[in-house]
Amino acid sequence: MPQEIHREEVRRLVAEGAQLVEVLPSPEYEEDHLPGAIHLPLKKIDSRARDVLDRNRAVIVYCWDVA
Amino acid sequence: MSPRAAWRLETLGFSNVYDYVDGKNDWMAAGLPTEGTNNLEPRAADLARKDVPTCGLTEKVGDVKARATAAGWDAAVVINDERVVFGLLRSKELNSSPEELIEKVMRPAPSTFRPFVSAHEMLHFMADHKVENAPITTSDGRLFGLLLQKDVIAAMEKKS
Repeated sequence: MPQEIHREEVRRLVAEGAQLVEVLPSPEYEEDHLPGAIHLPLKKIDSRARDVLDRNRAVIVYCWDVA
Repeated sequence: MSPRAAWRLETLGFSNVYDYVDGKNDWMAAGLPTEGTNNLEPRAADLARKDVPTCGLTEKVGDVKARATAAGWDAAVVINDERVVFGLLRSKELNSSPEELIEKVMRPAPSTFRPFVSAHEMLHFMADHKVENAPITTSDGRLFGLLLQKDVIAAMEKKS
C-alpha cells in the first residue's frame, strides 16, 4: 500500500536516494517541477515505468495536490 | 492523480512507493526551489525582502516604529511566535499614537501571496489595488518576506 508523506519526508527520502516522479502532463512539468524530478505522466506509467524507474529504490510520486 | 499513479506502480512491481499528497502546490508555496521554464521569470520569492521588521500584537507602536525606522523601514509585519501573519503596519499605522498597542492599529488579516506568484502577476495586483507592499507567506500562513512594489517595478524594468 503506498504511503502518504509530506514535505519534510520527501526531502529526507530524496536525500537518501529516492526517485521523485511528477505524473502531470508535459506542459505542467516543463513549467515547474521539483528539482531532479523524473517526468512520467499518469497515462504513460503502464508503458514506461519499468524502463525509466529503478524498482530497487524508493519512488515518490506527486501531482499538484491531493486532487 | 498521484494516488492512482502510486497504486499502479505497486501493481507493476514497485514495492517502496510513496505519495507526496500535498504535491507541487505545497512545495512551491513553501518557497522551495523548482526547475522549469517558469524559473526564467522572477517570482515573489526572488524579490521579497526577508529582513522586514516584525512585531507582536502587544507591542507599543512607538517601540515598533523606532525599530523599523532604525532599520530603514516604514513598514512592519505583525506575527506570532510561529511567524504566522496577523497584520500589517504601513507608514500610516506606524505614525499612530506611540503608546497605542499594535493590535489596535494594525491592518488585520492583510492579503497575502505565495512565494511562487510571478512578479508580473504581483505588479498587476499591486497597481490595481494601489498597495505599496504585500506580505508573502507560505501555505501555512508563515511570513516569507515583504514584497515592495518598487522592487517589482525595478525587476520588470531590468528584465525588459
